[in-house]
Amino acid sequence: MGTGPLLLLATLEGTVMAAVLALAAVGLSLTFGVMRVVNVAHGEFYMLGAVLAWAVAQAVPSAPLGFVAALLIAPPLVAALAWVTDTTLLKRLNYDPESTIVATIGLSYLLQQGALSFFGPDARPVAAPFSLRLQFPWFGYSGYKLFVVLAALLVLGAVWLFLRRSKAGLVMRATQVDRNTARAFGINVDRVYAGTFALGAGLAALAAVLVVPISQAHYLMGHDPLLLSFIVVIIGGLGSLRGTLIAALIIGLADGILSMLYPPTLAKIVATLAVALVLVFRPQGLFGAPAR
Amino acid sequence: MAAVILEAQGLSRAFGGLRAVDNVDLTLQEGEVHALIGPNGAGKTTLVSLLSGRLTPDAGHIRFDGQDITRLPAHARVARGIAYTFQITSIYAGLSVFDNLALAVQRSRPRDLTAAVQAAALRVGLEGELQAEAGALSYGHQRLLEIGMGLALAPRLLILDEPTQGLANGEINDFMTLVRGLKGTTVLLIEHNMDVVMALADRITVLHFGQVLASGSPAAIRADAAVQAAYLGGADAAD
Amino acid sequence: MKALVLHLAVLAALAAMGFLLPPYHHGMMARVLVMAVFAIGYNIAFGYTGLLSLGHALHFCAGMMACGIAMREGVAAGPALLLGLAAGGVTALATGLLALRTAGVSFMIVTLMFAQAFHLALLYYGGFTGGDEGFPLPGAARRLFGLDLTQAGPRYAVALVLFGLVLLAQWGLVSSRFGRSLIAMRENEERSRMLGYNPFTTKLAALVISGLCAGIAGAAYGVLFGYVGASFGTTQYSILPMLYVLLGGAGTTLGPLLGAGLMAWLIDAASGLTDSPLAVIGVTLIGLVVFAPRGILGTLRQRGLKWLP
Repeated sequence: MGTGPLLLLATLEGTVMAAVLALAAVGLSLTFGVMRVVNVAHGEFYMLGAVLAWAVAQAVPSAPLGFVAALLIAPPLVAALAWVTDTTLLKRLNYDPESTIVATIGLSYLLQQGALSFFGPDARPVAAPFSLRLQFPWFGYSGYKLFVVLAALLVLGAVWLFLRRSKAGLVMRATQVDRNTARAFGINVDRVYAGTFALGAGLAALAAVLVVPISQAHYLMGHDPLLLSFIVVIIGGLGSLRGTLIAALIIGLADGILSMLYPPTLAKIVATLAVALVLVFRPQGLFGAPAR
Repeated sequence: MAAVILEAQGLSRAFGGLRAVDNVDLTLQEGEVHALIGPNGAGKTTLVSLLSGRLTPDAGHIRFDGQDITRLPAHARVARGIAYTFQITSIYAGLSVFDNLALAVQRSRPRDLTAAVQAAALRVGLEGELQAEAGALSYGHQRLLEIGMGLALAPRLLILDEPTQGLANGEINDFMTLVRGLKGTTVLLIEHNMDVVMALADRITVLHFGQVLASGSPAAIRADAAVQAAYLGGADAAD
Repeated sequence: MKALVLHLAVLAALAAMGFLLPPYHHGMMARVLVMAVFAIGYNIAFGYTGLLSLGHALHFCAGMMACGIAMREGVAAGPALLLGLAAGGVTALATGLLALRTAGVSFMIVTLMFAQAFHLALLYYGGFTGGDEGFPLPGAARRLFGLDLTQAGPRYAVALVLFGLVLLAQWGLVSSRFGRSLIAMRENEERSRMLGYNPFTTKLAALVISGLCAGIAGAAYGVLFGYVGASFGTTQYSILPMLYVLLGGAGTTLGPLLGAGLMAWLIDAASGLTDSPLAVIGVTLIGLVVFAPRGILGTLRQRGLKWLP
């Protein structure tokens, strides 16, 4: 393959990566933006989405039906678990940022152990709902991967509309600006928080269901998405939705292209150091406005 | 005429569109008690924050003891002898009174820390409370501890931001005795209680909307028509 | 005085255990002592100075790798241990210079990222570092002051001596004037600044001391148990010292030992129920932040044992 086709393939892979990443990262960004807490168990919600998708697909005989069932069942289940986590755990901690991090670290260990105990240590495949293959002159490409990009775009658009246009979105944004004022105006802040946390987790799970036919479900699979979501959210500016989307695109494409040309570990080292340095020298992110 | 210890020229600091401190000149003579008065929002706390280094000015210069300290960070200014006591009491609430005072006292590396802390406690009348947790003290005692920590630094310039706020009358009298007994320490005093100001101050600077309205002896300030109009008259009526 | 007696009594009890314990628990206790040294380092940063780092695995693993690689290249155990100590301090200085420009949640994430990058780098240069599999240290090289550290008795003795020295050093540090200025940073940084303490250099010093402890702990772990590897640089090894300190009591001198010992016992006791310690760690972390954020000794101190150091 020449350089041109290789670059095209890398760009395609990077776009798929960016789409999934944006979904997962938007969830993390939402919880940070609205609740000012960092959810370290975000990667485990992603993992749970994938593992549950496998479990559901096992129970349904036909591949397309199994996938659709997983898409409908796994994200709401994960969101429900997140809702319970918020009301029983985070609320008790008063959303203290440092305690929340410690508690969600504990939660992530629990969820990993749970997935290991119930589903075992093996990687579990889920069949794609269709096996269309697009034939380019130089290589064939999975039509399902392009479907993932499309689906992610649709969901992100829906999230955007939900936040900008719906009443619930307005309430969330109001709570983000000032939770005490929001409470004074009769907003049930507890429910907004639980809902935000559930929505964030549900988006991560949705991303995972979409990705499972490409990369299989495994109880340790939450680690990399968590790290990458962190990177995206920080580069994009903590809590900034638009920044998160732009950063997801950049990081996804960069990761897709760089890992074709360089060893993936090296790319990860550079990305990790970059994110630390962004936090140190430009804490508002590359796309956020400096705080006054 | 005594030596000038601190000289600020053209100090300005804005927050958004609001000019909290606007082109202020201020000169402190060594050993004097200099009061800074003005209505709420006149920029008094912002001005002393610029002097103590808690804020950096947008424009202007500050010289302390002949050297430019405009860009010096706060902790380095403290090391040169500028102490600041907070308007809203800021003590180590979780630590004992002894530890609170020791943190100030140990800056000058005394041989016998315990004795030095006891002496510092005695100055503000807290010698009986050394083992108590600072956060459990009464409000008045917490104010005294705050002042005691400032004094324990043995500063050349002590900035007191509304030290008598919330003190009982007896405690205010003790405080005035304390300030009068300071030998060689220059005091910059932000104070709302005009009795305290008139009793203690050698000179007074009046701040209004971020600018210096007047500066002079207590008698001159009392007689100043502009000050009367802007501040003293209003304050008397309000009290 | 009470405090001195308590510390010496604890050390005496640990020494007595050296003679009384059956072999299996002997090795476990040696491990607990080394991990407690690591946790003491963490305690100085988090418990006393208030710096919640999620990246201390970096300093632990840097100490371990520096020591292990030096020994692989023929350096004797003693100098190699000192190299490990230095590696912990140097990495803490380098990361602290950058990370301390941030605070709170950002500080946690930055330290986490530095540790992550270090771990990935160990894997990337696996040919030199041994990567995830690591490498064993030759038994013949594991000798210190003529003691054969492959034997359980000398190994426990060395672990105990190291722990005793670090424990007493920690006690000396936190009851000194400098220690008081560290606690002051935790309690009220702005007030400290206005008393003339430079927050940046004070916290940096705390991190470096903390890193030195982590580095010597990592190096000792390698020498005593004969194996080093990048797996000791994973996030889990940043969480463990935090867990020990939270459990035993942050900002108490004996909390790190108590936490490390209790966790080892808990995981051992639970090994009949689950095959992985993950759940035990998870439940303990959540239980602590929700029900006992001060940990065991911190709660005791609050409930009346005020003299507890």
